[in-house]
Amino acid sequence: MAIFIDRLTRVLVQGITGREGLFHAQQMLGYGTAVVGGVTPGKGGSEAAGIPVFNSVEEAMAETQANASVIYVPPPFAADAIVEAADAGVRLIVCITEGIPANDMMKVYPHVKAAGARLIGPNCPGLISPGASKVGIMPGSIVMPGGIGVVSRSGTLTYEAIWALTLSGMGQSTCVGIGGDPIIGTDFVDCLDAFEADPQTQAVVLIGEIGGVDEEVAAAYIRERMSKPVVAFIAGRAAPPGKRMGHAGAIILGASGAANDKITALQAAGVPVADSPIELPGLLKKVLGNQEKAPAAKRSAKVRKTGKGGPGEPRAARGAGNGNTREADAGEAPAGSGRLIAFRTPRRSMSKTEVCPSLAHCAKEEIS
Amino acid sequence: MKLHEYQAMQLFAEHGIPIPEGSVASSPEEAEAIARRLGRPVVVKAQVHTGGRGKAGGVQPASNPEAARQMAQQILGMEIKGYRVNKVLVTAAEAVVSEAYVGMILDRNSKRPVLMVSSAGGVDIEEVAANTPEKIHRLSIDPVTGLRPYQARKLGHALYPDPGQARQAAEILAKLHDLFWNVDASLAEINPLATTPGGGILALDAKINIDDNALYRQRRVAAMRDLAAEDPAEVEARESELSYVKLDGAIGCIVNGAGLAMATMDLIKRYGGEPANFLDIGGSSNPKKVVSAMKIILSDAKVRAILINIFGGITRCDDVANGIVAAFAQLKPAVPVVVRLAGTNEKEAAVILREMNLPCGDTLDDVVTRAIALAQAPAWA
Repeated sequence: MAIFIDRLTRVLVQGITGREGLFHAQQMLGYGTAVVGGVTPGKGGSEAAGIPVFNSVEEAMAETQANASVIYVPPPFAADAIVEAADAGVRLIVCITEGIPANDMMKVYPHVKAAGARLIGPNCPGLISPGASKVGIMPGSIVMPGGIGVVSRSGTLTYEAIWALTLSGMGQSTCVGIGGDPIIGTDFVDCLDAFEADPQTQAVVLIGEIGGVDEEVAAAYIRERMSKPVVAFIAGRAAPPGKRMGHAGAIILGASGAANDKITALQAAGVPVADSPIELPGLLKKVLGNQEKAPAAKRSAKVRKTGKGGPGEPRAARGAGNGNTREADAGEAPAGSGRLIAFRTPRRSMSKTEVCPSLAHCAKEEIS
Repeated sequence: MKLHEYQAMQLFAEHGIPIPEGSVASSPEEAEAIARRLGRPVVVKAQVHTGGRGKAGGVQPASNPEAARQMAQQILGMEIKGYRVNKVLVTAAEAVVSEAYVGMILDRNSKRPVLMVSSAGGVDIEEVAANTPEKIHRLSIDPVTGLRPYQARKLGHALYPDPGQARQAAEILAKLHDLFWNVDASLAEINPLATTPGGGILALDAKINIDDNALYRQRRVAAMRDLAAEDPAEVEARESELSYVKLDGAIGCIVNGAGLAMATMDLIKRYGGEPANFLDIGGSSNPKKVVSAMKIILSDAKVRAILINIFGGITRCDDVANGIVAAFAQLKPAVPVVVRLAGTNEKEAAVILREMNLPCGDTLDDVVTRAIALAQAPAWA
């Protein structure tokens, strides 16, 4: 399983003959992604990275039966590239480009929605379902298959968090970078919803940052709709108001967008918030351990405890007030009896052949 | 990008939004000449990229040209919330009967622009929004069909019971809406929108922010950027294609990626230090960017240590390491530099940096605490 992309994803690269497009097309191919075509107007009939190039997305779709596209074209042309993909019937459009005017995105967004396509980004690193497919620029070397969903507004901070998970033996189902712009196609709630429905995903890491209220909206969704545990990190506690912190969307405006408001909202929804990205694996072990022990939440994957417990205590017990027994079990499990979720032993580096095809397989490996 | 009031007023005038007569001045003499030309009492207003200038004494009435000169003398060079006043706007003083608020902003949540109007203008609109939200009328605008005339009329009537004034307001709203799209604004605001004893309506203040991402196609507006009103280090950073925000602390940061740069600052604070800046060198691994970044940070006299934190995904750690070597050769930093290069080609990077023997660490938390300790060490106190 995983969300949004898997082995069946067939990808077009819009802007494949550009420097970035070509490099990342090669990287995606190297990871095993089914890159089936490229699009550069005027270069149809040629090849790039061994892949056929077409003049338009429509033409490429007719020839390749692609179901996804990834966009690396410069900002003045990127909004048009998104619309072109939507009009050609691409189901999943991933826009890596940074610097698209917000006014363009406001007009493009409803158009993509009406076409029934999913847009991820813009200004995002794309997504990766470890061992199955990567669409975008996330480094394949830091991920490993498993049951943790990761959703983030950032790029390198996400890599930092993913790497911490991988080193702790906690593999990922899908890692999604939703983008740092004020107007993005897929938000936290869209991803949380997909993770909730995905059988491979057992828990979710949410990485937010200052600006907007997307994290607050996500907190409300988690409180009301989500049964799987979520842990979070919010960047920008030290950011001054009124200043744009790199990302176009990372700005505290007036009373809106401060990190503390987001942290408070998430904690009130029972989401433990890490003070540092390296605390995330520990928090995950804790919430998954709690769920494991709760009678209502039976898990099929029996796995061994790895490493030491994380440094962070969840600051608010999940599901507080709903009368189940999770809160009573909030303490650390005694050594040896812990059934904390870990899907395989951590490795410093991974090659494609080491990739574990499914959660069930990984879990079995750990039991034996 | 923020525009000054006088620049926003110019855009208002071009779009047919009524404004008081006036002009901008850089010296007391110019202010006097403008007041003389207007031939009536004026208001002299500081042009700074911050609010609260009235409370700081940056807005003063003057009944004659000599008084305008004196007021300009007093205001020019003044510091308001750390911003130096280099220009004043001299406008005709208007008698005001009532003050309303009108603003159009990008609403991230609905992914649409929203037009907000309130008859309770002239004061802090956020206070009105917090305490008496019923006094603010909000209209979500379809970005494809735009503001429809009936919608503008409805908001006009919400502002003014008088049909003539409601019609004038509707016209102003339509023009503000066009302006918002034409200049790629992320915010266009009139506060106050004033009614005069004669029943006229005009904008007595103007605030416009432009979407930085659209500046490539807004050349004329981009040229309005006031470099003198910005921190010189931030200007230099922008020219070097670095994302930089100056802060007050002692620990300079060089990081790749905005989220990681923020997280680095957060951790510095968490462990008891204060970050000197936000700095994102971006996704490329161009060694020159490391040199530019270090130069900008070293120009800040408060900096007592520099922390370089790179997580190499696409960025290659060995490229950054070469940048660090070049930066040391060119700039010879007198403060300790703590380095963490993790991810793609980190081993190669370690080889390049081996002889420099820089303090380093494996995790973000390690290097942050090391940088704080070095910044607080007596040698640098």
